[in-house]
Amino acid sequence: MKIFKLFLIVFFIFPINNLKADNEVLKNKITKNLRCLICQGQSVYDSDSEFANSLKTVVDNKIKEGLSEKQIYSYFQSKYGEWILYDPLFNKNTYFLWLLPLLIFLIGGAIIFKKFIKKQK
Amino acid sequence: MKNKLLLFSIGLVFIITFIIFYKGLQNTNIYTPETKISYEVPFVSVKLFNSNKIVNTKEIFNSDNYYLLNIWSSWCVPCRKEHSILMELTKNDNLNVIGINYKDTKKNAKNFLKELGNPYDEIIFDDKGTNAIEWGAYGVPETFLINKNRIIKKYIGPLTNNSMEEINLFIK
Repeated sequence: MKIFKLFLIVFFIFPINNLKADNEVLKNKITKNLRCLICQGQSVYDSDSEFANSLKTVVDNKIKEGLSEKQIYSYFQSKYGEWILYDPLFNKNTYFLWLLPLLIFLIGGAIIFKKFIKKQK
Repeated sequence: MKNKLLLFSIGLVFIITFIIFYKGLQNTNIYTPETKISYEVPFVSVKLFNSNKIVNTKEIFNSDNYYLLNIWSSWCVPCRKEHSILMELTKNDNLNVIGINYKDTKKNAKNFLKELGNPYDEIIFDDKGTNAIEWGAYGVPETFLINKNRIIKKYIGPLTNNSMEEINLFIK
């Protein structure tokens, strides 16, 4: 009987706690990637302004509604523009931004390779 | 000859770089990003201030009339300043003034309206501030001019006499 009771307690407490913790982690992750637009230099997570607090509530609501992280980002992007995201999305406006370091790396590599080959010859 | 060409091109690169940086010095460093923001009225359910009813914004912005959506709060000092302008604008027949009461208590908001007059045809009660986010607002006061479910103009900060004239030109 004791074991059964214990089992019941564990059964009822654990899933709820887990769910909440998951939501909290996701919420923190999202709010850390959102720029507080009226207190530039701070993320929504860091800020305690009215704007940031409303945004946190909205993120909470959207997670509860079952939206994915990406959907929440695109929601905020449609309202405030891409500036609100710290991590810009990978789209045709940001191809250059994301691929430039890789491109520079490749060009540098090519130059070194060419010199090396030349020297060997 | 080759050396001279090299020297010349290096010099040219330096001069061009210098000019670019020098011009950059004179640019303003206040960065305002160009953004693609949707200018459609968001259709969400909202709570009305007076009747406590939950309605969709579709029902509020249903006619072809011009609408002025004003986000305000009793604790917001600039809102006091712009209130006389809203009182003036609400006299216009083809302009409906809608308010969003932002993060306020009903008691304070009612006192505010009793003291300065009520220019609003309808007030949306937004105690959590989530509704203002749907509109892409930053804070209070903020005003949107709406026609046919589209946001035509957005005023961040208190309305001035100039913005009143501009609104009057729009709704003529």
